[in-house]
Amino acid sequence: MEGLLPKLPLGSWIDVFVDWLTITFEFLFDGITVVLEGIVEGLLAGFEFIPVILMIILITALAWWLAGKGVALFTIIGLFLIDNLGYWDPMLQTLALVLTAVFITVLIGLPIGIWASQKNGVKQVVTPLLDFMQTMPAFVYLIPAIFFFSIGVVPGVVASVIFAVPPTIRLTILGIQQVPADIIEATESFGSTTSQRLIKVQLPLAMPTIMAGINQSIMLALSMVVIASMVGAPGLGAEVYRAVTQIQIGKGFEAGIAIVVIAIILDRITQKAGSRKKGRKK
Amino acid sequence: MKKMNEENSKISVRNVTKVFGKNTKKAIQLLDNGANKTDILKQTGATIGVSQATFDIRAGEIFVIMGLSGSGKSTLVRTLNRLIDPTAGEVLIDGKDITKMKKDELREVRRKKISMVFQKFALLPHRTVLENVEYGLEIQGIGEVKRKEDAVRALKLVGLAGYENQYPSQLSGGMQQRVGLARALANDTDILLMDEAFSALDPLIRKDMQDELLELQSSMAKTIVFITHDLDEALRIGDRIALMKDGSIVQIGTPEEILINPSNQYVERFVEDVDLSKILTANHVMKRAETVQIDKGPRVALEMMKKLGISSIYIVDKKKTLLGGLTAADAREAIDTGKSLQDILDQDVQTVTEDTLLTDLFEKVSQAIIPVAVIDENHRLKGILVRGAVIGALAGNNEAINILQKNENEPLNSAHTEHKEGQ
Repeated sequence: MEGLLPKLPLGSWIDVFVDWLTITFEFLFDGITVVLEGIVEGLLAGFEFIPVILMIILITALAWWLAGKGVALFTIIGLFLIDNLGYWDPMLQTLALVLTAVFITVLIGLPIGIWASQKNGVKQVVTPLLDFMQTMPAFVYLIPAIFFFSIGVVPGVVASVIFAVPPTIRLTILGIQQVPADIIEATESFGSTTSQRLIKVQLPLAMPTIMAGINQSIMLALSMVVIASMVGAPGLGAEVYRAVTQIQIGKGFEAGIAIVVIAIILDRITQKAGSRKKGRKK
Repeated sequence: MKKMNEENSKISVRNVTKVFGKNTKKAIQLLDNGANKTDILKQTGATIGVSQATFDIRAGEIFVIMGLSGSGKSTLVRTLNRLIDPTAGEVLIDGKDITKMKKDELREVRRKKISMVFQKFALLPHRTVLENVEYGLEIQGIGEVKRKEDAVRALKLVGLAGYENQYPSQLSGGMQQRVGLARALANDTDILLMDEAFSALDPLIRKDMQDELLELQSSMAKTIVFITHDLDEALRIGDRIALMKDGSIVQIGTPEEILINPSNQYVERFVEDVDLSKILTANHVMKRAETVQIDKGPRVALEMMKKLGISSIYIVDKKKTLLGGLTAADAREAIDTGKSLQDILDQDVQTVTEDTLLTDLFEKVSQAIIPVAVIDENHRLKGILVRGAVIGALAGNNEAINILQKNENEPLNSAHTEHKEGQ
């Protein structure tokens, strides 16, 4: 079959396109780099400023307040374990990276989700794009990310955001569109404007679903930490990556457990925070 | 029904048609050519929701739109505040066509003129009862103090004072719908649309709510458009009823007109199971009373009875106030003993008022020796109840039922009676 049709030079086209992007939007990428780096480093500096014991107490208190006694117990044991194993600083780096990625995810995902929920045309464009973002292997984003943002934590954040943003968008759309039609009719019948309907009715009722989406985004961002470490993002991911390349089973396992502990704490806290609001209505 | 002039109608619906689906233009064309719903669906794939509805709703009346599910009644009521945009036709509210309004004009009408109550209550679950009732005022930018005041007043009207801080899910269905009603009342609009507002409630609560609505209406005099699939409900609360089938209005009239004079077989089938004894009143079945004035003698009375072939007669004064009854036997005796009518009249004649339901007068009618007299509030004799006519009316025999004529200029409940001269 070879030679019947010449191979489509898709790869070279993309190379040319990325080169063009890199040069044309250099100022933009530089700006983004500065901002993201600022956020991550600011967060990290803040975390490192707080003594380990106080940090553990604060996170445990937060877990207790939002998610109850059981989660608080797990949190305090888990965090002491991480500190004991010597992964406290990498853990903070990971936390700063993940929280930054989630912050950007919500900042981008929520408005897009709201927009798409109001306009069917937008939804029809956004949905296949989300499918593409979620199914394209995450490694592939890393290559242009390095071009645009060079090595370090920033391409890691960017790749995490691309990978983590779909659930926030999807569940924001779902949550808003799930608000019963008769409630929407009622708000319309009293003469609400679009923004009144959105702010006073749709968003509050969609909040539990939106929180579930953000929770999923957090989990996806966490799952990206190892991949992000390949482009030089520091943290627990980097520890795992080093252990893999040096075939140190024990070390890899320790760092892996630290990631799992962080994942469970973040998951439980955000999950309960979402459903707690729902409980108030009953 | 006489055609009404447009000035005294609050809502005028002119040729309103709603077509769902594509090909609406062709569907409207077919409709103009007289095609029916099924044919149009076959030829164009479009569904006719409402087909060329034309009617007027007067200020201050309860106008019921009734039909089975799928008859288009909910679609029709939504064209009145454009929750559904009609495909063709116009809807005039206070003379202004809302189908041509821009968004902000329409919003203003929805805020100030029309409010709506929904079948499934449609309360906001994340807001308290008070915040729900305040919603319509809040979005108009009315200050916190004023809107709370209005909301509390509306809640009091529907009997929910004290529940302000509960959440809707803490209330029963009936109470939730009261919140829905209070929310609609808080805006103080002239027009209230009620889409199957009581259909989700159980029968006893439904009846209470109907009574309360009627009571509220007597003091508020709003223009209410009430949608229902329940004929009993329609008859109970409607000043006028529009019956819908397959998107078209089949008949419009007062409850009596629809019951007694169904315009076609569909309406007839609809109303055949109605318990007439709970709808018809003494007014509907009474016959002309034969009377003699008190200052006449017993001889005159007896003569009249003979001439008319009846065995008893009523004694009245000059103002037709009922004084008593007289049987032929008593009259004969009075002539023999030389007594006056005053001496012999039977004062214990059974009486009922004009608006007594048939179901409440059976016992009196069955026991009476002299036929039961129908009187008005001034004790004036209006007619009599003959057993045959009562039974005839219950059997649905139109000959036995008087059509109550309503004068256009008179309030709806003070109809005066005329005897029907055949059909």
